[in-house]
Amino acid sequence: MGIAALVGSPIKRREDPRLITGQATYIDDIKLVGMLHMAVLRSPYGHARINSIDVEAARKLPGVHAVYTAKDLNGVVGKVPVAAPLPPHITEGMGRRGPLAEGKVRFYGDPVAVVVAEDRYIARDATDLIEVDYEPLPAITDVEKAMQPDAPLLYEEFGTNVGLPIHPPTEDIEKIFADTVANGGVVVKGRLVNQRLAPAAMETRGVVAEFRKVDKSLTVWSSSQIPHLLRNYLAEQMGLPQHQVRVIVPEVGGGFGSKLNIYPEEALAAYAAIKTGRPVKWIEDRSENFAATIHGRGQVNYVEAAADKDGKIQGLKVQVISDLGAYLQFFTDVIAIAFTMPMVSGCYDIPAIYCSCDIVFTNKAPTDAYRGAGRPEATYVAERAIDLVARELKKDPADVRRVNFIKPEQFPHKVATGAVYDTGNYAVALDKALELANYRGLRQEQEQKRAAGKLMGIGISSYVEICGLGPKGSAPFGTYESARVRVEQSGTVMVYTGSSPHGQGEETTFTQLVGDEFGIPAESVIVLHGDTDSTPEGRGTYGSRGTAVGGTAVFNAVQKLKEKMKLVASHMLEASVSDVELEDGKFYVTGSPQKSVTFVEVASTANLSNTLAAGIEPGLEATSFFEPSACTFPFGTHICVVEIDKDTGEAELTKYYAVDDCGRQLNPMIVQGQIHGGIAQGVGQAMFESVVYDDDGQLLTSSFMDYAMPMSFEFPQFELDHTVTPTPINPMGVKGVGEAGTIGSTPAVTAAVADALGVAHVDMPYLPEKLWKVINHS
Amino acid sequence: MTMKRTITVTVNGQPHQSEVEPRTLLVHYLRETLDLTGTHIGCDTSQCGACTVLLNGESVKSCTMLAVQADGSEVTTIEGLAPEGSLHPIQEGFWEKHGLQCGFCTPGMIMASHQLLKHNPNPTETEIRKGLEGNICRCTGYQNIVKAVQHAAEQMRTGASEPVSAGD
Repeated sequence: MGIAALVGSPIKRREDPRLITGQATYIDDIKLVGMLHMAVLRSPYGHARINSIDVEAARKLPGVHAVYTAKDLNGVVGKVPVAAPLPPHITEGMGRRGPLAEGKVRFYGDPVAVVVAEDRYIARDATDLIEVDYEPLPAITDVEKAMQPDAPLLYEEFGTNVGLPIHPPTEDIEKIFADTVANGGVVVKGRLVNQRLAPAAMETRGVVAEFRKVDKSLTVWSSSQIPHLLRNYLAEQMGLPQHQVRVIVPEVGGGFGSKLNIYPEEALAAYAAIKTGRPVKWIEDRSENFAATIHGRGQVNYVEAAADKDGKIQGLKVQVISDLGAYLQFFTDVIAIAFTMPMVSGCYDIPAIYCSCDIVFTNKAPTDAYRGAGRPEATYVAERAIDLVARELKKDPADVRRVNFIKPEQFPHKVATGAVYDTGNYAVALDKALELANYRGLRQEQEQKRAAGKLMGIGISSYVEICGLGPKGSAPFGTYESARVRVEQSGTVMVYTGSSPHGQGEETTFTQLVGDEFGIPAESVIVLHGDTDSTPEGRGTYGSRGTAVGGTAVFNAVQKLKEKMKLVASHMLEASVSDVELEDGKFYVTGSPQKSVTFVEVASTANLSNTLAAGIEPGLEATSFFEPSACTFPFGTHICVVEIDKDTGEAELTKYYAVDDCGRQLNPMIVQGQIHGGIAQGVGQAMFESVVYDDDGQLLTSSFMDYAMPMSFEFPQFELDHTVTPTPINPMGVKGVGEAGTIGSTPAVTAAVADALGVAHVDMPYLPEKLWKVINHS
Repeated sequence: MTMKRTITVTVNGQPHQSEVEPRTLLVHYLRETLDLTGTHIGCDTSQCGACTVLLNGESVKSCTMLAVQADGSEVTTIEGLAPEGSLHPIQEGFWEKHGLQCGFCTPGMIMASHQLLKHNPNPTETEIRKGLEGNICRCTGYQNIVKAVQHAAEQMRTGASEPVSAGD
């Protein structure tokens, strides 16, 4: 390319001007004529029978238009959608619910009734006037206790809280453990708690619904990551044909997986709009967000590793217990099974792996995908296992990683869990991180500090994760993306993507790739998304798939258009189409660059059509669907330093280094931003964050006063570097980066804390009280 | 329903006289009565700072104030930080240094940075991190926000900042 390439450059984001001036439109900024406001009454109990609900007083409050309970929705509104219900119990209805609780409430925050009123103040006042007669039931919040036979049951008819037990035979793994020990090896064990987290996007959820009676068309604005899936499933839930439902996703203030979902409130607002004939808005408040939006993680993992004398792991035994919460949201049942179980091998060539899994209902909010979705848990298991082996054998954790890495020549590599990794070069990323961190220097510093009686720990985490869903068959709804690209008469390129970004900067990165492919400036490209009526079918932005899948669909559509434009240009140049090349926005005949027509001239000719050669279809528009043949596997190594105050137990993250490999980078500035944010969330889990319920199922962390969000002063500068190992799965060689930082960082912090304290393991989060107790052996 | 009160507030240089319920929060008044939706609500408990505006030149969290308490005051929101069509150096800094992703916390973050730089035109990294402790960002890990504020501070100190077109 002769002109400055856009791809690979840290160009400023095209999204930003509207965001930094307050001119962006988020869901709560939408105001429609005649709009009413909805408020939700939620269960104050973790588990209770509903004896009766009296809504009369609420209905009579001036300004109230309607009050609805489960009774009103029966037979009218379908159940909250679940992407992949699993046998034996979930396919039979276990964990499924309508939008409002019926008969029982099963978690604190369970929606019981809604009020629709003139304004949000009145709607909220009216919820206080609804009288619900609850009969409290014993609650079960501990996921391991919930598996026991005497545990209170959420769904009595199933006789258990376990939705699906997966317990493969253990003979083979037991033999490998025995053989390894017999040959002088070691076995290490650990119980690891991956605590519940609140995704806590800064913008809470929100919905606006409008219904036009004459043609029964429903328009729903939602702060969502998945406009098309929301349309498809909501249409089914509301009993409307898909074409009568339109979903518009405005600016979205963060999602992190929490908006990769179809919640009760979308159907409730839609129902209220249909019944009242007025547009209805619902905006979640922050305490509702903590109580009723999905939580992430929530796994207990038992891990055992058998390693030989050199630290090479010969066998890994993992027991996964996944805390589903009270009901199923979109992916609740499959997170542990589809994303934790396949990835417990980490970056390592482990000959034998046994993995069991129980997915278990508890009286808590549903869990689902939160940044990393099952892979942070898998990585935590693998990295803790490696560190436990290193500790047992008194070896450097970096060396034990190196001994176990899958070697570059082994790719593509099928690990013992069955996952097939595309490409990787793990040792290079580790070495680069060790060098970036001056690892030897850090170990020396640690020795000196220890000699002075100070607690300093160094943690390493080498991760590999799974991105870019597909492939075909990996979800019941199809896991492709699509794009429609149109070159207008002026030469402006309109890109309609099925992806639905919410902070990732896809308007910028997609512009970069389109601009370079056509050789035109960024200003000539417009990227549009988030409206099911105007954008082609999409599956949404999640699982680090925006660029790898959505971007590839754009890339492929552009290739189709390039061919068409070459054909148009060949007639203009009176040359054979096979001799026409495109460079720097000009079409020219091979070998005679002086004979050329510009991109704009070709665009104009094709669109005006009068001078277009006979037989060529007018216009320049192409649609492409991309369904990847396999997933991509980004990787890297993170290293951090934690210092702990012996007297107070306070831990401080003092240094952080990350080397990540997400394949080819379209915009390094955006890639780094994703890593920064990912690290902050992963460190947040390790050091501060935890959703806490008491034994009765009361939520104790229902605001930012109680839930410790990481703050600016709690982080050092993150020092980043990268390696580039492209994937062959898509033509651009991109792997995905949205979740890498979160996946890589948590185990590094845990390792550093354990290292500082000189213990095998401490469960997160590393709050002062907990560490003080470890220091003082109490 | 409680009796409404009349308040007079100058917002972004424009005087407004409005009837409000005594319980109306300043942020709801700005967003719903005046349609200034650039100021966001992130938490309801004064932790997140998304609703930060300037009240008589000092930053306040507008979800923690009643509209009636702002009677007689001058309020500046993100919409009024720079003249129409141009960017304030802090806005420019956030754009230049990729100090935002989803953008939801950004207006509050920019107003809080304004307060910080007003009292400390040349802050260290630590001072910036401490100075923004009332504002939560879930996307950026704060690193590029720090850089954005540093960039703005430099521009504001040297006065080198020419108005930048928001349409760039």
